[in-house]
Amino acid sequence: MLSLLVKRLIQSVLILFGVAAVTFVLLYALPADPARMLAGRSATAQTVANIRHELGLDQPLTVQFVHYVGGLVQGDLGRSYTQKTEVATLIAARLPATLTLMAAGILLEVLFGVVLGSIAALNRGGVIDRTVMMSAFIGVSAPQFVVALLLLYVFAATLGWFPMSGYGTAAHVVLPAVTLGLLGAGWYARMVRSAMIDVLNQDYVRTARAKGLSGARVILRHVLPNAVLPIIAMIGIDIGQFMGGVVVVEAVYGWPGIGQLAWQAIQQVDIPIIMGVTLTSALAIIAGNLFADLVAPVIDPRIRSN
Amino acid sequence: MRVLKEICRQPAALFGLAVILLVLVAALGAPLFAPFDPDEQMFDGLTLEGAPMPPGGQFALGTDTLGRDLLSRMLFGARTSLIIGLVANGIAVTIGLFVGITAGYLRGWAGNLMMRFTDLMMAFPALLLAIVLAALLKPSLWIVAMVIALVNWVQVARIVYTETRGLVERDFILAERSLGAGHGRILFLHILPHLVPTAIVWGTLGIATTVLLEATLSFLGIGVQPPDPSWGNIIFESQSYFQAAPWLVFFPAPSSC
Repeated sequence: MLSLLVKRLIQSVLILFGVAAVTFVLLYALPADPARMLAGRSATAQTVANIRHELGLDQPLTVQFVHYVGGLVQGDLGRSYTQKTEVATLIAARLPATLTLMAAGILLEVLFGVVLGSIAALNRGGVIDRTVMMSAFIGVSAPQFVVALLLLYVFAATLGWFPMSGYGTAAHVVLPAVTLGLLGAGWYARMVRSAMIDVLNQDYVRTARAKGLSGARVILRHVLPNAVLPIIAMIGIDIGQFMGGVVVVEAVYGWPGIGQLAWQAIQQVDIPIIMGVTLTSALAIIAGNLFADLVAPVIDPRIRSN
Repeated sequence: MRVLKEICRQPAALFGLAVILLVLVAALGAPLFAPFDPDEQMFDGLTLEGAPMPPGGQFALGTDTLGRDLLSRMLFGARTSLIIGLVANGIAVTIGLFVGITAGYLRGWAGNLMMRFTDLMMAFPALLLAIVLAALLKPSLWIVAMVIALVNWVQVARIVYTETRGLVERDFILAERSLGAGHGRILFLHILPHLVPTAIVWGTLGIATTVLLEATLSFLGIGVQPPDPSWGNIIFESQSYFQAAPWLVFFPAPSSC
């Protein structure tokens, strides 16, 4: 177990290093020039060259990369070109907003997914099952921004129940979190449904019923815990997805999270920030997978014994 | 025929097929069906206050913020979305197939290296990568297709790799090899045909994700550039007015077959 953990951690660090290298090369290979961007339209070639020198962009790519990685191992993500602040500080300031949204979104999708998936599984083949699966189908295939705009239109613009955009109070979290929750719930509902149908056919469930346990007790104590494993795996994936993938929702709702930071940075070609956010997201993806792999044996003894 | 019967027995699959056909017809027949030129800003396309016309009357779905007929734009938008869906996904599946087969067949250090690279790409935040690429390159239809392909090949490679690994171990490959067949012959005549079903499933499944990704990029303003209509940038442009979207349910049939 411990050696597995160590092995996985070493792997993770290597992957992170690889992501840094690929992003670095990619960003510098692109035609966008941050120095020219910073200097503005009317700047002379001399000014642009000065800025380029100041940012260290005139050095060879390898030198720049070694320099960057050198800082990285010390936890230094470099300084933003446009905001003249440490990237680590900028990201740390945005992290709480994204984490709040992530937590609320995951909570909602698990809640919706488990409830709907269970209902569908228990009414397998019936009208309720079909309705739930059809809605899950729509949820899975609807674009994020459409759902976000739809919710915004109905609940903020027309009904006025929630604020249009912004961050701070609990009311602000509702719409963005529901957007993420509704879309994710489709995947969860499908997964929970098939996992539960699997478990419902097991002998031990029949035994539990035969013992005379009530229906609710059978479901809650014997079926659900055995169907929970795929949900853990999904949560692990979602942790990673949400860190880098909420750009759209954050943009629609004006949510001051990592996604928005990245979006602004991309438009200004602020490479250190783009690098920082990409690495943070990659870290979240790796951590999410690691979480799923490590939690699985804890809750399921069958995996532990292997 | 067997496939058709199978599809007809499943209402969900039938529905998916119907949606696909509808989109296909809309895309191919756009010039025939569209009542107006999608790029023309109609003189009577705006109300006196300069707001878009509501649905009904001369414009079946109303007009957009510039007084262009929304129905026509959506029909032509189907073309853009479909082209990107097919091209981007075609490239993605091709890259995925190539990497997966090569890595699975070669194994050894070369195969390992390729798969480690695939793992690395999996740790990449896909949407973020697509946004960065699309924003920093000058966006155009083909760039967008390329970007999406670059992001989407990874899963295909993984699956093809696993399948190839399994195939290489099978007896008929061993038999072929002992008959003296070269690598090329084994790869193209004996392994590739076995991967066709996977490629088809991913080819069709992926179109949905691709269209979604294109719409997302266009929605952020870095996808297909105006005046070319795409479903994403139509919504992006008319965000403040917001038209309900009937194309939400776009998910190909194979997923439910």
